[in-house]
Amino acid sequence: MHMATVLTINGETKSFDAPPEMPLLWVLRDILGMTGTKFGCGIAQCGACTVHVDGKAVRSCVLPVSAVENRAVTTIEHVGSTPAGAKVQKAWLDAEVIQCGYCQSGQIMSAAALLAATPNPDDSDIDAAMAGNICRCGTYVRIREAIKQAANGRQS
Amino acid sequence: MNAHHSISRRAALTGGLATGFLLAFHLPLRAAVNEPVQPRDTTDGKFAPNAFIRVDESGHTVLIMPQVEMGQGTYTSISAVLAEELDADWSKVEVQHAPPDDKLYGNPTFGLQVTGNSNSIRAWWLPLRKAGATARAMLVQAAAAEWGVDPASCTTAKGEVAHAASGRRLAYGTLALAAQGQTPPKDAALKDPKDFVLIGQPLKRLDTPDKVNGKAIYGIDAILPGMKFATVAACPVFGGKVGKVDDSAAVKLPGVRKVVVLEDMVAVIGDHMWAAKKGLEALEIEWDEGPNAEITTKDVWDDLRKASRKDGAVAKSDGDIAKALASGDKFEAVYELPFLAHASMEPINATVHVKPDSCEIWTGTQIMTRVQSEAAKAAGLPIDKVIVNNHLLGGGFGRKLEPDMVVAAVKIAKQVDYPVKVVWTREEDIQHDVYRPVYRDEITASLVDGKVAGWKYKVAGSAVLARWLPPAFQKGIDIDAIDAAVDAPYDFANFHVEYVRAEPLSVPTGFWRGVGPNNNVFAVECAMDELARKAGKDPIAFRKSMLTKNPRMLAVLDQVAEKSGWGQKLPPRVGRGVCVQPSFASFIATVVEAEIDDIGAITLRRITSVVDTGIAVNPDTVKAQIEGGLIFGLTAALYGEITIDKGRVQQSNFHDYRMMRINETPKIEVIVVKSGEAPGGIGEAGVNAGPPALRNAIYAATGVALRRLPIDRKLLAAGKKA
Repeated sequence: MHMATVLTINGETKSFDAPPEMPLLWVLRDILGMTGTKFGCGIAQCGACTVHVDGKAVRSCVLPVSAVENRAVTTIEHVGSTPAGAKVQKAWLDAEVIQCGYCQSGQIMSAAALLAATPNPDDSDIDAAMAGNICRCGTYVRIREAIKQAANGRQS
Repeated sequence: MNAHHSISRRAALTGGLATGFLLAFHLPLRAAVNEPVQPRDTTDGKFAPNAFIRVDESGHTVLIMPQVEMGQGTYTSISAVLAEELDADWSKVEVQHAPPDDKLYGNPTFGLQVTGNSNSIRAWWLPLRKAGATARAMLVQAAAAEWGVDPASCTTAKGEVAHAASGRRLAYGTLALAAQGQTPPKDAALKDPKDFVLIGQPLKRLDTPDKVNGKAIYGIDAILPGMKFATVAACPVFGGKVGKVDDSAAVKLPGVRKVVVLEDMVAVIGDHMWAAKKGLEALEIEWDEGPNAEITTKDVWDDLRKASRKDGAVAKSDGDIAKALASGDKFEAVYELPFLAHASMEPINATVHVKPDSCEIWTGTQIMTRVQSEAAKAAGLPIDKVIVNNHLLGGGFGRKLEPDMVVAAVKIAKQVDYPVKVVWTREEDIQHDVYRPVYRDEITASLVDGKVAGWKYKVAGSAVLARWLPPAFQKGIDIDAIDAAVDAPYDFANFHVEYVRAEPLSVPTGFWRGVGPNNNVFAVECAMDELARKAGKDPIAFRKSMLTKNPRMLAVLDQVAEKSGWGQKLPPRVGRGVCVQPSFASFIATVVEAEIDDIGAITLRRITSVVDTGIAVNPDTVKAQIEGGLIFGLTAALYGEITIDKGRVQQSNFHDYRMMRINETPKIEVIVVKSGEAPGGIGEAGVNAGPPALRNAIYAATGVALRRLPIDRKLLAAGKKA
């Protein structure tokens, strides 16, 4: 038997049994039923599983749950309560970025972390922050546009 | 825990409805979880004039979607078409996934409930307009009867019937019960397109608000009480079987529940995906690899090249091709395209609960009824005992035109009495796909007076349609494999197209976004560029001289030349390439501008695409589909190739099956031409355009005439000529 693991996710304390090496992704999805965070590759190549740990974008598919105890985890379900996250979500809808949407939880988490750290990113900042997130529908042009809109607080 | 879990989930979902982010419209799609998505009861206060429209007494309007949403925006476009003729209040519209039912929801083109071939709007344009108009007429009849006036004196708008002469109005909800009793008119008038208020507007998509906050539910997100999680390993060699399985270590692992051995696949069921994965890794599996265990990519190509020497079945022959090719300046070229995987972002999955007398499935599929019938066979149940709950698809691209993943999940779920969510790893997804076939296209042409006098085109490759829809394969012709080859847009007086069916050794093939035209638009447009050079002409001027009977194509080509800056001076090793395509009944001209450095690395600088797709139901969606389609196609041109060694796929994940990323994406300008013609297809068209336009840009920049994809950078280093 494992000791219960305790995490702070979206400001709430969650307690559950999981092996310490189990990636946070599967804890979120399969134990806690928080399915907004997506499985895409399992090897930190696509970014679909991106969450924030202490405000920084990380790939939850390779992050052992034991590594995030006592740290603040934020997921797509709650990122709208942060100023950057809310701006990004609005800009995503204003620019009608999304197609299938499966990668977009991760895209939004990466973009929100970018804007929280760099409020006025230039193209190279956007490339650096977003190149880890694959979109198979090819929404990249609009992702770039939406990040700039969110940064400028432009209204559609 | 499970019951609690289920309740808390439902509570969260309900809360989501109230606090949704800037929601103008609510989709009840997430309610699909745990609940069969059958059309609602047609009595009890609802107006249910047909399979697509439900209006209740509050005016709440549910539209049932015969096509599936996999990112292409069809839920919004189909809703706009229905709501337009219904004159519904757009703010009260909700959409629902349709249940499996070919009779009610079968795509008129296929007679099957299938979403593919960029034909959702093309196939449903008139049937759904009629459905909306008929429903509207019944509401008008009900109002006119209530007021004792002539129905012709009534008008409708935004969910209300009005009688101008008396100033009276009645909301659709108020009329719902009375309208249900009306006889539907046989030929309700359709709107004049000039009166459209929704069609042609860049309406905000109905499905996206829930996609920014994690609330949208895809097949992989289904959660059921008591559900366990499984992942699979299929025999790595195509056609191979499971030999021996030693599960003694796996079953001892915490969280592992059961090992299921199928004929060609082993599954481990666990308390979560992680346990299932660890369990799978702990298995000792001996595969019975079968007869394909030595096959390599080279074998596949040797075989295809040999097969393509044969004469093919003639798909089209105009004029006298032998005579035409005997004169003038002769040109011969062969173009070859590789296997490709689909790699939808949502990995392959299906959740299944098999009970003694029923089978229920939660997944995202492009083929609802086929999934139902194939699942019924696998479960050993009558079709009506199989419930299929469709979901939003995290990409489809043709992979989800196959039922294999559902059939396998049913076989796994049959072994247990609880629901099982079967999720494939990305590695399984890449290595057990149905692949875009390898193709070999031979073009022989002759030039007389700077124009093509004779054009002979031979396609060799897999007949996907012959497997997928056998009746469509007639007289040796696969109409998908020759799509956009037989209807090349140019004035070729002597024009001959043939097709050689050549199934690749062991590798299963399937539809891949862009389908047949990917192959043919590439070969035709590459050859046209080479012929232009041979004729000493500018590639666009050369094409235009042979588009005299195709004014729509000519118009988009002229416009793309202007918008792309065609003809303006470029730095060394920067080139522009053009592509003209007739695919999916849309007329599209695209220019890619690219730079090739001295070691052959490629930078995309700019893309311009002009699109005449007839009436654009949602012009912003048309733009988005072209933008994304271009990237999908360019990804394949730049990186895409599945190779085979020892009968196995050598690629496994995004590190070795690469995708374009944001830092490689150039500015893309898409111009949608205003048109009153019937709508064309758009979801796949952009995919066709990218590869030939890029290849032709490289040809312009370097003089190297690439004839294979993906692009081989080694051929492009400074000083190389091919």
